[in-house]
Amino acid sequence: MSGAEPLRAPAGWSEPARLAPPALGYWAGAFRKLLRNPSALASFAVLMLIVLVCAAAPYYARDVSHTDPFASNVGGSIMVGGKSVDVLQQATNGLGLGLTPIGPLWRFGPYALGADDQGRDVAARLLYGGRNSLLIGVASTLICLSLATLTGLVAGFFGGLTDRVISILLDILWAFPIYLLAISLSIVLINQSLVIGPLQITGSSLALPILIIGVVYVPYVARPIRGQVLSLRNSEFVLAATGLGVPRFRILWRDILPNVLSTVIVFAPLMMALNILTEAALSFLSVGVQPPAASWGTIIRDGEGLLYTQPMVAVAPGIAIVLTVLALNILGDGLRDALDPRAKLRI
Amino acid sequence: MRLHRIGALAAAFVLGAFPAMAAPSGPHYGGTIRLVAAAAEGTMDPQVNYTLKYWQLFPFLYDGLVTFKKAGGTDAFTIVPDLAESIPTPADGGKTYVFTLRKGIKFSNGQTLTADDVRATFVRLFKVLNPNAGAWYNVIEGGDACVKTPASCTLPGVVADDAAGTVTFHLVQPDSEFLDQLAVPFGSIVPASTPAKDMGTTPIPGTGAYMIKSYDPNRGIVMVRNPYFKQWSADAQPWGYVDEIDYNFGLTPDAQVTAIENGQDDWMFDNIPVDRLNEVATRYTKQLHLNPLLAYFYLTLNVNLAPFSNEDARLAVAYAINRADLVKLYGGPALATPSCQVLPPGMPGYAPYCPYTMNPGSKWSAPDMAKAKALMAKSGTAGQAVTIITQTIDPYRAIGVYLQSVLNELGYKASVKAISPDIEFTYLQNTKNKVQIGVTDWYQDYPAPSDFLNVLYSCANFHPGSDTSINMPGFCDKSIDAEMQKAMTLSLTDAAGANKIWAQVDRMVTDQSPTVTMFNPKHADFVSKRVGNFVFSGQVYFQPELAWVK
Repeated sequence: MSGAEPLRAPAGWSEPARLAPPALGYWAGAFRKLLRNPSALASFAVLMLIVLVCAAAPYYARDVSHTDPFASNVGGSIMVGGKSVDVLQQATNGLGLGLTPIGPLWRFGPYALGADDQGRDVAARLLYGGRNSLLIGVASTLICLSLATLTGLVAGFFGGLTDRVISILLDILWAFPIYLLAISLSIVLINQSLVIGPLQITGSSLALPILIIGVVYVPYVARPIRGQVLSLRNSEFVLAATGLGVPRFRILWRDILPNVLSTVIVFAPLMMALNILTEAALSFLSVGVQPPAASWGTIIRDGEGLLYTQPMVAVAPGIAIVLTVLALNILGDGLRDALDPRAKLRI
Repeated sequence: MRLHRIGALAAAFVLGAFPAMAAPSGPHYGGTIRLVAAAAEGTMDPQVNYTLKYWQLFPFLYDGLVTFKKAGGTDAFTIVPDLAESIPTPADGGKTYVFTLRKGIKFSNGQTLTADDVRATFVRLFKVLNPNAGAWYNVIEGGDACVKTPASCTLPGVVADDAAGTVTFHLVQPDSEFLDQLAVPFGSIVPASTPAKDMGTTPIPGTGAYMIKSYDPNRGIVMVRNPYFKQWSADAQPWGYVDEIDYNFGLTPDAQVTAIENGQDDWMFDNIPVDRLNEVATRYTKQLHLNPLLAYFYLTLNVNLAPFSNEDARLAVAYAINRADLVKLYGGPALATPSCQVLPPGMPGYAPYCPYTMNPGSKWSAPDMAKAKALMAKSGTAGQAVTIITQTIDPYRAIGVYLQSVLNELGYKASVKAISPDIEFTYLQNTKNKVQIGVTDWYQDYPAPSDFLNVLYSCANFHPGSDTSINMPGFCDKSIDAEMQKAMTLSLTDAAGANKIWAQVDRMVTDQSPTVTMFNPKHADFVSKRVGNFVFSGQVYFQPELAWVK
């Protein structure tokens, strides 16, 4: 029997008529709680909006901005108010030094958020960048949660030498400053590519930051899961199942896993937020997403040199990151309250 | 103990061991000039360090037998006697130079300069693995053996006579640029007792007008007047105006601009960020100094590795790049001029030449994409993967990203690998890194065409598997090598004739396009309001010791 399932009435017990409606299932109850949380709902709506807008990036680039967001347009020009204007404008005053990209035109058309230092449309890159940032955030979270759940379950349930070895490995990994480890791995693998058997992941592949970010956070999630499994292993229903001779893997699969699943789900949006931030940091340092591909981090990097003249290049992806991370964190809190209100887990 | 020390001081005074001359006085003398840069540049050993940042400092800290004149503009290319009384006329068909040392010159530790210090300096140069020992100084007899086994180097080609105060150099063959190579900081004379290892952050005593008081790569350098210095030649080593030169590290270029605007620092080493250029150029026009450089920015194409082992593929790139766009990325036409050839304007032997433009001739006008695409089709290299190596900082990063677009348009599958500026230059040189194309630049060591053509394109300077293979494209054309040898030999007797050959060599190299020249840069120096007497030497750029802050 799963510890996460609500208690059911014993056979033969008659329910008083006034106690209707019948008790909801665990997941249905959690879902209902989530629906009653306006902050979580609003966050979910914002997230969905961001995902949809980013998903529309190719259509925006083709039908609205009419530019290739991955090709330099240093010598390009556009029509503004019936006049041809250079996308990158050479200074004409003073000694004629310096180059300023065209600023935001605040219209539903080309260069709505201005151009970057290569003359590319910032709005189009922002949407494409969002696709990559979200993809990396989601995929690395799936990898991280899968690995963490597996290691946490195995270490906590089997105990003994297995637990000690896994715990030491997790401690070693966690002993490295996370960003330093991620940066080091990125630098080495971007330069040399990652070869796993017949599979080769080149430095420009998105799979590289996905894998690196997914792996470096495994101890962060695995350790609380292991702790929870250790506690569940000694609970009465597990001891009863063991006493009845239920195979250990069946106990793990049918009794332990469902009980830690709510923790894993609570972790999901929070890890996604953390991973999006990590990706942005790596890309800002030129060791994440590689040009000409964009992510919110690379766009901030592009905008760093334009902070004095065209701050929108850095500010726009910054706002996108803040909104997304905030929404994910609020949603994560909502999920935690809905799934496991007594949890001491605070991330 | 205390008394003993006072007694020693009194004795020193009587014996004349005190500094010979006090610092000069006058309306502009005194004060501290504050220089600023983002980071240090490694060792302070003048025989090892090969960076512009410290090559700007070494001329007022150290002296060679000869040096470049401390003057503004192209006057600074004149070689003048420094520690030597005069520039000797080479004997033995150009193979022997006898230098007579000036008398009474002291190092900043009080030790008197001797002929043996000069001999020991050149032996040390090989022992500390000077970056150019095998390219320049191996012309001295015994130099090749020293390059091969530096630890046992004796260098019989340098003979010191302490009694006569002379040093004789015997060369294996005449070398028209031998004096240039003695005049650069590698030729700085240091005490014979200096350990034969890279001294890193430990300052080595010098004979210059200033000495290093402290050097901390994380904080900065403090340079003060050398108490033993007395001016022997204003052209070679003048009294500086300021009493102290402080070089601070740790500010980003943006912060450096702000510090100078606020008068907290007096001069910045790093390039002014492109987004601040207009602000500086319009609001601080009088504090901004623009000067041309003998330098070029170029793409190095590996001629021994696909796809650029194919000459048509290299020419396609040369035709395709829009040099006007690249000039824009550097800061605009006021800061750079498009170019197609190796030699920069102002260099002896320079003859304008640009075949890679819409209307081929002497000047670049526009890219010729149609021709580039035709050459690409002919090369059959379309579809190949190409990795562009560049630096993480601008303008290199921006140029790399721009180039990626151009290569993709030509039909390649281009990617950009931006690496630290600290390692990119050597990374590009080592064939083990299998670099296909890289973004880099070259600034003259001294004003001679060979410093561009011979150094960067001769077969002798291609060393596979080495970090010091300055011929980055791995280009080796025996007929061009022969022409360069002819020019170097002729320059001993007929400089004009030699320059004509260099112009021809420039065309020959440009036509094969082992590198693709983008533009010739200018240098923008931004100084604080209080800095006067700004002197820009064509050789060492801004000379802080000649500026005044009072």
